[in-house]
Amino acid sequence: MNAILKARAVSMTIGGATLVDGIDLDISGGEMIAIVGPNGAGKSTLLRMLSGDLRPTGGAVKLGERDIGAYAPRELALRRAMLSQHVHVTFPFTVEEIVEMGTGGRSRAASRPLVDQALHEVGLERFRDRQLPTLSGGEQQRAHFARVLVQLACGEAMHGPGLLLLDEPTSSLDLRHQIDLVESARRRAQNGTAVVAILHDLNLAMRFADRIVLLHRGRLAAIGDRRTTITTERIRELFEVDVAIRHTDDGVPYLLPQTMQPVATAPSQ
Amino acid sequence: MSAAAEAAARPARSLRPAAALVIIGLLVVLALAATIALTVGAAGIPLARLPAALGFSSDVSHPMTSRDQLVLWSIRIPRIAAAAMVGGLLAAAGAIMQGLFRNPLADPALVGVSSGGAFAAAAAIVFTDSRFGESVRFMQHELLPLAAFAGSLATTIILYSIASRGGRTSIAIFLLAGLAIAAIANAGIGLLVFVADDRQLRDITFWLLGSLSGTTWPKTATLAPVLALALIACLSIARGLDVLVLGEAEAFHSGIDVERLKRISIVLVSAMTGVAVSVCGVVGFVGIVVPHLLRMAIGPAHRLLLPASAILGAILLTGADTLARTIVAPAELPIGILTAAVGAPFFLAILLRQRGLAGL
Repeated sequence: MNAILKARAVSMTIGGATLVDGIDLDISGGEMIAIVGPNGAGKSTLLRMLSGDLRPTGGAVKLGERDIGAYAPRELALRRAMLSQHVHVTFPFTVEEIVEMGTGGRSRAASRPLVDQALHEVGLERFRDRQLPTLSGGEQQRAHFARVLVQLACGEAMHGPGLLLLDEPTSSLDLRHQIDLVESARRRAQNGTAVVAILHDLNLAMRFADRIVLLHRGRLAAIGDRRTTITTERIRELFEVDVAIRHTDDGVPYLLPQTMQPVATAPSQ
Repeated sequence: MSAAAEAAARPARSLRPAAALVIIGLLVVLALAATIALTVGAAGIPLARLPAALGFSSDVSHPMTSRDQLVLWSIRIPRIAAAAMVGGLLAAAGAIMQGLFRNPLADPALVGVSSGGAFAAAAAIVFTDSRFGESVRFMQHELLPLAAFAGSLATTIILYSIASRGGRTSIAIFLLAGLAIAAIANAGIGLLVFVADDRQLRDITFWLLGSLSGTTWPKTATLAPVLALALIACLSIARGLDVLVLGEAEAFHSGIDVERLKRISIVLVSAMTGVAVSVCGVVGFVGIVVPHLLRMAIGPAHRLLLPASAILGAILLTGADTLARTIVAPAELPIGILTAAVGAPFFLAILLRQRGLAGL
């Protein structure tokens, strides 16, 4: 397979603390990878190194044939799009203006179809003229996702399949929109894009990702097929939670936490 | 609630006005403000005599025409031009600074950038007048704007390195650091006042209050190239400042060379503030009031906001200066007092509105 992104022994050490420790990862076009792990496992740090935003203190990240640090920001933006966690907008930009930021300064007329399509995909067409800060957290997150989709589309129009990185893209979304967003990302993968998403919902990860990366204390705890990587033993070790793993009718695993006490039913009078 | 009802319950859609219309409208108002400013003052020049005095009409029959011409060309026109350009520089500098700090409360005067420039300018006066500075005294006039620029630049860089950590700017730390930096610069100015002789004292006091009286053509001429260069540079950073609203990391992900954008913005803000300070001292709040009003009216996109701020700033300061030189005639009110009297309550109003939103 053609690996779009190659990370070799990537590490990040800040002030004596090792946040990410020697991770190897190959990401190919057409696959969707979910990064999961407990808080503080180094997921966001790893993703920011894969995006070129953070320079690793050890190891190297290659995008295509070149080191990711060798790209100018503008060039890089045409080959990978990334959605950060918590984007806070102070000024009263409209949803449409925010999504247009993904076009990288292309003319309005040329980018209009892309913007329309992305707004439709995240279900925000009727909010396009609303000021972003007046929307709910989840709606804002969807607007930023639309912006990132526009950026990806602009880049892919020039350079072919790119890389899409998502840092907890579903954190503020309701159930419907969580599924919509992950399915949007899934469609990009089917069209050849390499997708990497940090997900907290393990069931969502097992349902939609091709491969799962389990991170624990900055190290790779496991990596592999979505159906086999998550096991009760690993969940107990990483999250200190007992879970049961069941399977849906079509054979997709899902997990149920076991340490939760069932709600006591009130005794009948 | 159904989707349609929910949509109806939300505020009406906000549509942006056409850019050309905004710019032309503002330029018309600026022309009106300048015309009014030309006619009023210690020596009133009625509108009917204005064309002759400006030399637009060959009818020089009126006995007052030659006096009018003298008043206009040697006193009033350079002063109005300076007021308009200083207003344009300060308002556009405020808008850039707010974009850079992603904070509508940033203003060069409020956070000590103007004070830093004023301190450096005052130091230049004292130095060139002392026996150590004898050799450069002949270029005192050229030295002042440069010193003010250097002072403003140093303050902006210090402020940025204190208030920005890991790509985030804390609003509270930013305002408090600005306050402290302004206090340090003001202490330095106080020290210079203490050691200055009487003649120097008069020159320095001028910076403390902020005034356009005594504006000459050469002083006005230093403003024009900076304003022209700044307006051209504004176009190249406008999109970057828009995307920067997403935060530094996200702006980088979107393809913006954030470090370069920050460097250009910091140098621009410092040059614009510095040269304005070197001509008329510390004039506050123009940089807050103007961009804030415009963002509500025309939206926050910098490609229109920056030039529109420059024009509205010019209108505002032309008006304020006209008021300053007529309201207590034949005496004159320092314009810094006037802008503070109007701007400070305005600032408080923004602060109160922001309190809920920004988590101050």
